[in-house]
Amino acid sequence: MTSNGGSLPAPLGLLAELTHRCPLGCPYCSNPVTLDRRDDELDASMWGRVFREAAALGVLQVHLSGGEPAARRDLPEIVKAAREAGLYNNLITSAVGLTPQNLAVLTGAGLDHVQISIQDSDEISADHIAGYKGASGRKRAIAREVVKLGLPLTINMVVHRANIARVEPMVELALSLGASRVEIAHVQYYGWALRNRAALMPTREQVEKAVRQVETLRARYHGQIVIDAVVPDYYARFPKPCVGGWGRRSLNVTPAGRVLPCHAAEVIPGLEFWNVREHSLADIWRTSPAFLAFRGTDWMLEPCKSCVRRDQDFGGCRCQAFLLTGDARAADPVCHLSPQHALVERLAAAREDASYSYRSS
Amino acid sequence: MDQPGRQLSGSAHPRLPRGVRLTHSEAQGGWVLLAPERVFKADAITVEILKRCTGDATLDAIVDDLAKTFTAPRERIHADVVNLLGSLADKKLLELG
Repeated sequence: MTSNGGSLPAPLGLLAELTHRCPLGCPYCSNPVTLDRRDDELDASMWGRVFREAAALGVLQVHLSGGEPAARRDLPEIVKAAREAGLYNNLITSAVGLTPQNLAVLTGAGLDHVQISIQDSDEISADHIAGYKGASGRKRAIAREVVKLGLPLTINMVVHRANIARVEPMVELALSLGASRVEIAHVQYYGWALRNRAALMPTREQVEKAVRQVETLRARYHGQIVIDAVVPDYYARFPKPCVGGWGRRSLNVTPAGRVLPCHAAEVIPGLEFWNVREHSLADIWRTSPAFLAFRGTDWMLEPCKSCVRRDQDFGGCRCQAFLLTGDARAADPVCHLSPQHALVERLAAAREDASYSYRSS
Repeated sequence: MDQPGRQLSGSAHPRLPRGVRLTHSEAQGGWVLLAPERVFKADAITVEILKRCTGDATLDAIVDDLAKTFTAPRERIHADVVNLLGSLADKKLLELG
């Protein structure tokens, strides 16, 4: 069935999108442009079943995400169910909607780690990016509360043209909040971010400077804070090994229960996604058409098919290949070996100081 | 990141911090260290060391115990333990207490 050794890999991580509702409007939101409705959301007991099936498949960590997961009143019940299934419980939150009280309840229910997004070290800019006045102050307060409760904290900073000059103060902010880890995540252009690409895209010089700064900061704060960086792939030579390979290490469940190989996969037309309401997670992982579509390397075209890096980066991202070239089997055009690579360079240069098209719910 | 010649106090009480767990996974083929948004495969030596990092035993006591259990030279064990724990501490995966 696959050409990567024949045996089916066991997934490591489950991204559980508990809801698409969110109070913020970040113009690079990774949610799809068409959001799942509240009425269609899986209930807590269904999530419990999904977590138990995930653990049985080999999943070790669940990333409780959204939207804003705290928008769900039954979040403590969901956290508890994940813990009871034996999963490592990671809450990915904007922190808006969390209070010290409900954070303490969630901690008691079995959280292992909290990741909070912060939009910028400059508070006015941060609130402008989030489209929510006062968000920055609330995030900082909740971040401190996480540390006070003894939980490990990651600060996620999404980087783009408006804040890329402030990588250093952003890392220092994370450190001052007591985070043990910070993600410097350059925007990836899907969904809302694709819509706002011209307004978000930094210049090559800005990106190169930011990459050098991360190296300097890593050395300076070695042993104090871990700095993980998500590379800006429009300026890369090789593509990212998207989700560690399609259907190889992780799965994503949408608020309404559709199971995707990655959160953006629904942009690819013609893929058939199965729903946890109708199928077991094991069946979906093993045999659903969407997971089989690009698992392994049999689906590849040239230049990926004969590339020495094909088992390393898996041809890059299928969604990006489709979005930029119209063919989901093509090489991710951010790869310099792609015949369509010039297109990426042209798109990266098409910057425009337009106002954001905020994510709407 | 190994740092040869690194020093750690023998009276430190190493332990896994909250949010870092050593667990066995049949499906993933062995022991793994679960950490914030990361998973590390743990080899047999790492597992033996980390199982002893409970916060109760000192680093010296852990080294003594391993040297006795595996009838291995104490200096070599000491170097392995210091290397592993130092590198984990740098990644915020261990508290030296």
